Amino acid sequence: MSEIYSPEPQPPGAESAGDMLRAATARVLGDLLTDAARETLADGATTQELWSKLEELGLPSALAPEKFGGFGVPVAEALSLLAVAGEYALPLPLADTMLAGFLLGKAGMEAPSGPLTVAPRAELTIDAGGRATGWAWDVPWGRHARSVVIVAETAGRRVIVAVPQSAAKVETGANVAGDPRDTIRFEAAVVAIAPAPFSLLDVRAAGAATRALMLAGALRAVTAMTTQYAEERKQFGRAIGKFQAIQQSLAVLAGQSASATAAADMAADAVAAWGQVLAPAVAAAKIRCGEAAGTGAAIAHQVHGAIGFTREHRLHHYTRRLWAWRDEYGREAEWARRLGSHLVAAGPAGLWPAITAI
Amino acid sequence: MIHFAFPSPPACPEGEALRTEVRAFLEKELADRPPIDRAQSWNGVDAVFSRKLGQRGWLGLTWPKRYGGHERSALERYVLLEELLAAGAPVGAHWIADRQSGPSILRFGTEEQKLAILPRIAAGECFFGIGMSEADTGSDLASVRTRAGRADEGWRVNGAKLWTTNAHHCHYMILFCRTRPVDPDRRHAGLSQFLVDLSRPGITIRPILNLAGERHFNEVVFEDALLPHDAILGQEGDGWKQVTGELAFERSGPERFLSSFTLLVELLRALSPAADERAEIAVGRLGAQLITLRHMSRSVAGMLEAGADPALEAAMVKDLGALVEQEIPEVARDLIADGPPTEASRKLAEVLAYATMHAPSFSLRGGTREILRGIIARGLGLR
Repeated sequence: MSEIYSPEPQPPGAESAGDMLRAATARVLGDLLTDAARETLADGATTQELWSKLEELGLPSALAPEKFGGFGVPVAEALSLLAVAGEYALPLPLADTMLAGFLLGKAGMEAPSGPLTVAPRAELTIDAGGRATGWAWDVPWGRHARSVVIVAETAGRRVIVAVPQSAAKVETGANVAGDPRDTIRFEAAVVAIAPAPFSLLDVRAAGAATRALMLAGALRAVTAMTTQYAEERKQFGRAIGKFQAIQQSLAVLAGQSASATAAADMAADAVAAWGQVLAPAVAAAKIRCGEAAGTGAAIAHQVHGAIGFTREHRLHHYTRRLWAWRDEYGREAEWARRLGSHLVAAGPAGLWPAITAI
Repeated sequence: MIHFAFPSPPACPEGEALRTEVRAFLEKELADRPPIDRAQSWNGVDAVFSRKLGQRGWLGLTWPKRYGGHERSALERYVLLEELLAAGAPVGAHWIADRQSGPSILRFGTEEQKLAILPRIAAGECFFGIGMSEADTGSDLASVRTRAGRADEGWRVNGAKLWTTNAHHCHYMILFCRTRPVDPDRRHAGLSQFLVDLSRPGITIRPILNLAGERHFNEVVFEDALLPHDAILGQEGDGWKQVTGELAFERSGPERFLSSFTLLVELLRALSPAADERAEIAVGRLGAQLITLRHMSRSVAGMLEAGADPALEAAMVKDLGALVEQEIPEVARDLIADGPPTEASRKLAEVLAYATMHAPSFSLRGGTREILRGIIARGLGLR
């Protein structure tokens, strides 16, 4: 890892460490996530090979503290790797493992090795002996995770626990993209536990930020592939991209994609700062990226026509993940209510200062 | 991979200090300004207010001191503008001069032109109008027919400019016209810009009322109007290049997403201290768009300051900005209760009516939605 990421200051004009890391990530994903490979991803061998490559780059622990195996890359740069993952519609729990390492690290705990996940919602009780009973649902990649990280309030305490795979019973499920979203149940499980030095809202915001970045990346890919398709597909004797109606649609798609990127970067900065404006900034980003995902997927399909509606064409790898990720860690309405309530509470005189504070 | 990036502009402590100063000034200065006047945004004209800004050193903020400017950064100017607009300050008198005419003169003008005009703009004493559109020239700017012909005494102008906002309050116009006949193969050649003193003989300014019944627009008619030799701005024949080079400055500022902001403020006044779930969600969605657009717009300001050419990014800011400006009245009308009228509800209704009537212009002025999207499509390589 140290060969790729060096925290030394770069001379002006030089490629930054973050640029190099993103390029390395893109190279690995581009090489391994070919259209053919995607078809065999259900087969465990391919998944394992890809995950090993990500581990070689150190990506799953990119958000963990250095003392626990992280490599000291700034938080916003580490999160930007998830936009690259989105550009390749990555069907692996990279975001979830990074997030788990991040939360455990903030609580002073070392993350177990291997793929991990975080439960977006859970119910949990801790007995007198410190054993955990409860369940969690819509857990990303639950069946593959060595540990499921849960942050919950129980008996007046806010705790973070890591439930080991061996203690969890899994009921499999999937999101609209077909990626695992499982229910896990555990009873009197022996777990790693610590007081959580953050709120449940902070956790939800950090999770939403990962989805915002993935959405932004996927929208960039969808914009590129839809533009390319419009240049190649011919009807009425010319490329459909020569028709103004198509050009106007693609311009809207590009605008949605660009604004999602801007919003996602804002979310990454807010997670890095981990301060007062975390929730409002991430709220704005998740709402914007979620809206852009819906509008963008619709335009991509409209321009691609019937071929884009087939299983054979690769567009669905991206659009189904746009539809899936926009629902995770809070849909637009959930975050809009939170942001709206924050702005209404600021009142007419406080509205503008609340906006400029972000 | 097409990758439009909107990096955060560098931290600007001077800008934040200026923000505090501007807020304090506006709180006092605008204490009695009613919401319906604030709602005019950058259409609100008050020459006295403009002069006060000039006295504070807040016009020509980034220009060289030699021309009356203050040599501060584009990011500081951004802070100043967004604070003025968010507060609904009457910036209309000096707006065009400060935003685009002054910078054009700074870039293309002669030393004499700069010394004669820029210090007056910076003092808030010299206002400008735009002389681009005509009756048969809207989006297709190269089709202008107004013509300046060489004469012994200078240039003789004939034709008419349309939609010139506040021409009746302006001292000058930057006129965009033909100085040579159209060459069908090179439509963009033979166009030039002139600094026109609007008080000269042969120039008539006629009002055009907008749909709300206000006089913002004018027709400016030139009948054998004689301009001195030194009225030409930049090079004869370079008008097209000069005009298009400024568009990123004109399209990405905070005025491209804050035009309806006063309505949102007044809506919150009506909703507060607590709103129901439906209202919170609606306000949150608008807030998300404004917060994201502000990030994008500030990012473009940072790129301009760094000397980049973010023309595409600017077109995106304007396209998305007009959408949210137009959505605010649509959302507000849905959240307003139909109860018995009160003074507060009447005021809100007044501001809503104003925003509703002006909304159509937001995706027309400064480049229509379709033109902007055409620019973005060109950026994608489609045309």
